[in-house]
Amino acid sequence: MAPKVPGQGLVKGLGVTFKEMTKTLFPNEGAKKLMPNPSKGAATVQYPHEKEAPAPRARGVIALLEENCTVCMLCARSCPDWCIYIEGHKQKAPPRRPGGKERTVSALDRFDIDYALCMYCGICVEVCPFDALFWSPEYEYSEPRIAELLHDKERLGEWMDTVLEYEPYEAGAEVKAKKLPKKGAK
Amino acid sequence: MTAVSERQQLQYIAGQAADARVNVELETEGMTLNIGPQHPATHGTLRIIVRLDGEQVVSADPVMGYMHRGYEKLVEVRTYPQINTLVNRIDWLSSFCNEVPFILGAEQLMEVEAPPRAQWIRTVLFELGRISNIGLFLGEMGLQLGALTAAFYAFRDREFVLNQIEAVTGGRFHPNFDRIGGLKDDLPKGWIAETKRVMDRIREYCDEMDELLVGNEIFEARTRGIGVIPAEVGLSYGLSGANIRASGVDWDIRRDDTRNPLPYRELDWKVWTHPDGDSFARYWVRLQEVREATKIVDQLLDGIPSGPIMAKVPRIIKVPEGEAYVATENPLGEMGYYIVSKGDLGPFRVKIRTASFNNVSILPWVLRGVYVPDVITILGTLYFILGDIDR
Amino acid sequence: MSILGIHLAYWQQTVLRTIGVLLAVLLPAGTFVYVFLFKMVSFMQSRLGPMEAGPYGSMQLLAEVGKFIQKEDIVPETADRRLFKLAPYLIVASVLLVYFVVPFGPDAYFANLDVGIFFALAVSSISVIGILIAGWASANKYSLLGGLRAAGQLIAYELPLVLAVVGVVIQAGTLNLQGIVAVQANGSIFGWSGIGNPFILTQFVGLFIFLVAAQAELTQTPFDMPIAESELVAGYITEYSGMRFLLFFIAEFASAGAFAALASTLFLGGWYFPGLDLTANYMNVVGPLILLAKIMIIGGLIFFVRFTFPRFREDQLQRFAWTILIPLSLANIFVTAVLKVVF
Repeated sequence: MAPKVPGQGLVKGLGVTFKEMTKTLFPNEGAKKLMPNPSKGAATVQYPHEKEAPAPRARGVIALLEENCTVCMLCARSCPDWCIYIEGHKQKAPPRRPGGKERTVSALDRFDIDYALCMYCGICVEVCPFDALFWSPEYEYSEPRIAELLHDKERLGEWMDTVLEYEPYEAGAEVKAKKLPKKGAK
Repeated sequence: MTAVSERQQLQYIAGQAADARVNVELETEGMTLNIGPQHPATHGTLRIIVRLDGEQVVSADPVMGYMHRGYEKLVEVRTYPQINTLVNRIDWLSSFCNEVPFILGAEQLMEVEAPPRAQWIRTVLFELGRISNIGLFLGEMGLQLGALTAAFYAFRDREFVLNQIEAVTGGRFHPNFDRIGGLKDDLPKGWIAETKRVMDRIREYCDEMDELLVGNEIFEARTRGIGVIPAEVGLSYGLSGANIRASGVDWDIRRDDTRNPLPYRELDWKVWTHPDGDSFARYWVRLQEVREATKIVDQLLDGIPSGPIMAKVPRIIKVPEGEAYVATENPLGEMGYYIVSKGDLGPFRVKIRTASFNNVSILPWVLRGVYVPDVITILGTLYFILGDIDR
Repeated sequence: MSILGIHLAYWQQTVLRTIGVLLAVLLPAGTFVYVFLFKMVSFMQSRLGPMEAGPYGSMQLLAEVGKFIQKEDIVPETADRRLFKLAPYLIVASVLLVYFVVPFGPDAYFANLDVGIFFALAVSSISVIGILIAGWASANKYSLLGGLRAAGQLIAYELPLVLAVVGVVIQAGTLNLQGIVAVQANGSIFGWSGIGNPFILTQFVGLFIFLVAAQAELTQTPFDMPIAESELVAGYITEYSGMRFLLFFIAEFASAGAFAALASTLFLGGWYFPGLDLTANYMNVVGPLILLAKIMIIGGLIFFVRFTFPRFREDQLQRFAWTILIPLSLANIFVTAVLKVVF
């Protein structure tokens, strides 16, 4: 390696920061090169005024499709923090065919998720056998009081409007793409 | 106030006596300084009690445990999928890398093999975790030494890697994506092309760090010859990862462990070592490792085999009786899980061997006789994360 | 003296001078903070800096001043109360005194001392005592370490600072700052007097040494061991909060402005711009603006270096000062003296 001129590394370091500064100040290409536009060149986003969209699979909040839930309690049992509170009762429903036996179905009384405890791991969504829980990338639900972080059945149902469709997979995947259940299907 | 052991009490008394020692020529007194637990330089709540003579360190004593969360007790009452979630949070900068040795251990006990596509994607995510972890180290080493700008570049370019991890797994910091028998989900469309672009960006970032810090005369003056750890001393204290490779020992679990099912040995990559063993060597080795990791990811992305993403495992997982220990080359060093299972839904006992715990144990040896600024340099280049030390 | 024909009483002149010096100190300090600390460093780090307070964050400094004023005044229990409170005032006083001798125009100066530059350098060393007092009186081991490092460093770098200026003085033939500006304005380069003779052309070694020593006197990276944010939390400033911290902050940026002003006057030609009249009355208004522009250039260089380089260790710092800078400045003086006699 050629012998280094003393101070050469220092000058190169100055060059790096200077280049970054000009990249931030003058990000326009071509004819408008010399017009400063730092809002476009900066790597940051001024949050309340501009927002970045999270990835579609981002784990923001859990939504509940109440009609699919059969109160099997699998999600409450598999939560590492035990933050899902479920109460239900059995009730009689009319028979499927006239003249048949009366059926017993489970009805959901209370389904609360405490987002102050939730670790956003997704085990409950994965484990549900009836497709009643879904991930949604919404993240702006912070509250000034911790008690309001307990989302009840109605609020979890409202999050269903923000759930996105499943994305298509990369080439080579053998997993079948899933579809969101249409509401009112049951 | 943490409970002080007898050994520490005796050391404290001896220290007081040493402080009161009067130097015949200059009449100086020693000074005991507490670096931490709240301090900008330690990466978390590590407390180091140093005894100073002027600006030179006479003895140093690390005190850990301020962040102990009781992992090994927590996992005794949880099932395997729940433990997977918890384990993400040990080394939080490269979370996916914590899941892998645990899942591999469980798969070894169940005698299940994940399909090749899952193993390859696991390796891609593992190396992405390595890039995000050590990429941050490269920048914040500059922060420790006073060059604030380098840290900002690290955070800026790490965002791209985190965005890629989020696009696949849904979580930037805590992916929780590995499952016994494979992975949770497959890659979304367009991910491979985007990740290749991100790898180019990371290579540019490495070149920038090369020019900004490695070539800098001040950086070299601060790190060359500081904190030299000879290979035998390092091995006897149990150092692992880039710390021991910078002392000249050619040891990398990815290449050397033949029972490891991850496809490292099918790829063309190099293990970097440096003969010096000082702080500069540790920084340089990590810089080369990040570049190498981008090359590994490129090769992996070109060759992902198609196939299923999950092997046939029962819905409710019960791991049969037995014991298994699996270690992998995590960004911080060697991390391993010793799982003892009695056939239940959850393990009977898990012992977590973390890299940073051993890396920090060398501090009393290496900090003798150095100046206070060098303490910061050595702490920075040994690179530990408190979650890793204290679990 | 009379300004614009109006004759003022002595006490009115004093009041005017006091307000003037406060403006002269706080305006460059404030501009430095906004342009360099908030904006330039942010652009270097690919971010925008403060944008909320005022258009493009221009009122951020006002917001910060307001925030500091309303904070609680905390004095540590075991600290030496009188010394603890005295230290910031010492440092601010020494910085204000430096601005006293800088000429802003042909008649716009606070005092035209015949030993101008000598006075400025002497008075700027008072801040060393202030820093030592701050470090000792804080009753905090980190502050003590910072104060001791500062004492060694500042005293060591006084010498190259002074020796670099001696070259300029030899070439100008006077210690009077107004006289140095005049010599640069009226000088000529090999007979061509188009742009006068700014001393940067002949004293470039002196300028380099002056800037390096000024960086060390300001305890800016790469010489910021006394403050060393990642090691000593904040060095000798650790225990100060609220208004007292604001005084340290103002002193830091005002002294950056002071050294930049000295450097512009000694090496770049001060308030004079080639083509303009040296004695006209309008230069009293245009001169300060020209000087401000030159201060911004030099200040930009100081902060550019500050945010790029890591910091030296204390013994490397001292070795650099004693074994490299001082011999270099002595050689500079020797060569200047020889060339002055020859030409």
